[in-house]
Amino acid sequence: MAGTASGAGARANEALLNRQDWQERWALLGLASPAVLTVLIVMVIPVGWLFYLSFLSDDGNFSLEHYDRMLESKAYARIFWTTFKVSFLTTGICILLGYPLAYFLSQLPKRAAALCMLTVLLPFWTSLLVRTYAWLVLLQSKGLINEWGISLGLWEEQLALVHNLTGTLIGMVHIMLPFLVLPLYGSMKAISEDYLKASSNLGAGPVQTFWNIFFPLSLPGLFAGALIVFVLCLGFFVTPAVLGGGKVIMVSNQITNNIELFFNWGAASALGVVLLAITLGILFAATRLLNLNRILGAGH
Amino acid sequence: MTNKKNFSRRGLLTVAVGAMALSAVALPALADGSVTVASWGGSYQNAQSLALFQPAAKAMGITVKEETYGGMSDVRLKVKAGAVAWDIVSSGSGSAARAAEEGLLEKIDFGIVDVSTFYPGLYTDYCIGSDVFSTVMAFNTATFGDKGPNSWADFWDTKKFPGKRAYRDKVAGALEPALMADGVAPEDVYKVLDSEEGIKRAIDKIRELKPSVAVWWSSGAQHAQLMKDGEVDMTTGWNGRFDVAKKDGAKVAYTFNQALLDYDCFAIPKGAPNKDLAMKFLAEMSKPEIQANLPEHITYGPTNKKAYEIGKIDEAMARAMPSHPENAKLQLPISLAWYAKWEQKAAAMYQEMLTE
Repeated sequence: MAGTASGAGARANEALLNRQDWQERWALLGLASPAVLTVLIVMVIPVGWLFYLSFLSDDGNFSLEHYDRMLESKAYARIFWTTFKVSFLTTGICILLGYPLAYFLSQLPKRAAALCMLTVLLPFWTSLLVRTYAWLVLLQSKGLINEWGISLGLWEEQLALVHNLTGTLIGMVHIMLPFLVLPLYGSMKAISEDYLKASSNLGAGPVQTFWNIFFPLSLPGLFAGALIVFVLCLGFFVTPAVLGGGKVIMVSNQITNNIELFFNWGAASALGVVLLAITLGILFAATRLLNLNRILGAGH
Repeated sequence: MTNKKNFSRRGLLTVAVGAMALSAVALPALADGSVTVASWGGSYQNAQSLALFQPAAKAMGITVKEETYGGMSDVRLKVKAGAVAWDIVSSGSGSAARAAEEGLLEKIDFGIVDVSTFYPGLYTDYCIGSDVFSTVMAFNTATFGDKGPNSWADFWDTKKFPGKRAYRDKVAGALEPALMADGVAPEDVYKVLDSEEGIKRAIDKIRELKPSVAVWWSSGAQHAQLMKDGEVDMTTGWNGRFDVAKKDGAKVAYTFNQALLDYDCFAIPKGAPNKDLAMKFLAEMSKPEIQANLPEHITYGPTNKKAYEIGKIDEAMARAMPSHPENAKLQLPISLAWYAKWEQKAAAMYQEMLTE
């Protein structure tokens, strides 16, 4: 008898729990709906619309002409290659510069770290356009850097620092560095000192502790930062346009060219669609190869 | 030509707001009608506003509203959506010709707009020339003194004229100089270009110059700045920009010899809300007495020949204008027919050369 009663009680309990579960889900969905709606309106619908336009010819019929054009002309393959090359290089340089910087910051006492962090964040408060033009002024052949370098005897001929790939990379790394340092710093701060102490306690030297304990634990932040930098780089427009001297043509630059040349959104959106597809492909491959989920989850 | 007056968006907005405020002050709402004009903003639209829009509106007793826009692709969108808000747009001649071909523009009523004293070829059935400019070769006077390059062959001659070059990053106005440098007579340039082999010949010639091209410029502001900073020793570009740079202290000079004579124009988008008034406004702006205001504000010449004859433009000023007969005869007028037929094909080939 007692068993039946408790069975009925359990069922009632379960039903109640289920109901609460549902209520909670709906409540959460309700809370999330403004964000979901915003993303839908400002993101999914326009992208979908551009996707649709890229399959229309001038007279409004279905056509693959915008994609054919990309296959016909070698220029497009080179432009995609440049886009990914510049993005990879920028991300790589950002990692090389950003990792030691974030490590240094994470080891500082709190107040000093906050002060140094300010210098990392400061560029964020200046417009990207202003910073890009500032680099143009600094890097050009009669610019400050060349003048100083020559008068200090560091080099003799004016260096071609801008209107090429070098200038583009300098500008982009400067702009992208905080995007890498911030998440990385966060994940480094989250690493408990106890692990490092335990490692030393067990006989590991500082170098071994760093590579075996600290570095793997900082990877989630590094990957998150690198991913943000890489994806943002793919869409860069102003910096290559201003500092590349017309020699560094990335997809976004070509998109504006196509709009002007063909009067037509389809020709431009086809480029966007291909870029999106290739990017998703690379990210998918990266997750597979690097098992990104585990890496990203490893710190928690 | 779309990038000629391309400043930053924010710059455009500031100027647009400024210009609108100006016109609101200058023109109390006495008018029984108004037209909306869209142009490129910047110092260009400022000059247009002071020289053409406001005087014409005042003469007609109407108000003019000014906006900035991004070119014929904007017009296309508005016409297709049936939501045209502009009565008149200012455009490069080439994009106006293509927009006309697409059916985006209203036909000009020559019963209202009097073009009898216009330079021939500076209007079409769908657009009326508003100013004349030249694509010239400019050089640094600190590098070359007074003995700068005087022909496209000189521009290509890196032994006789060593130094860094800048060249346009788009095909418009880029192929004609190359062919002239390759020995084609100006009057034969468009004949040679009228085939893929001809276009290839021009592009091969540019490929030859490529090692000396330090910058491929994309806007008028940029090529003016390059000369001002001494970043390059020689460049192609739009003459008015170099005059402004020179006024600012740049060591730059240019020649009209073998330059490309081109024009900007006004057009009425299909379905413009005040089409009839816009046509009359176009007629007013095309009159010699209004056209003669332009040189005072920017070194782009009037399209109406008679503007030179009414005493408003003094001789020195007139001699500096691209459309002055003495300058015009040195130049090759741009062929809109060629651009309508070949620009997209040539642009693809040019892009391949650029990305090599």
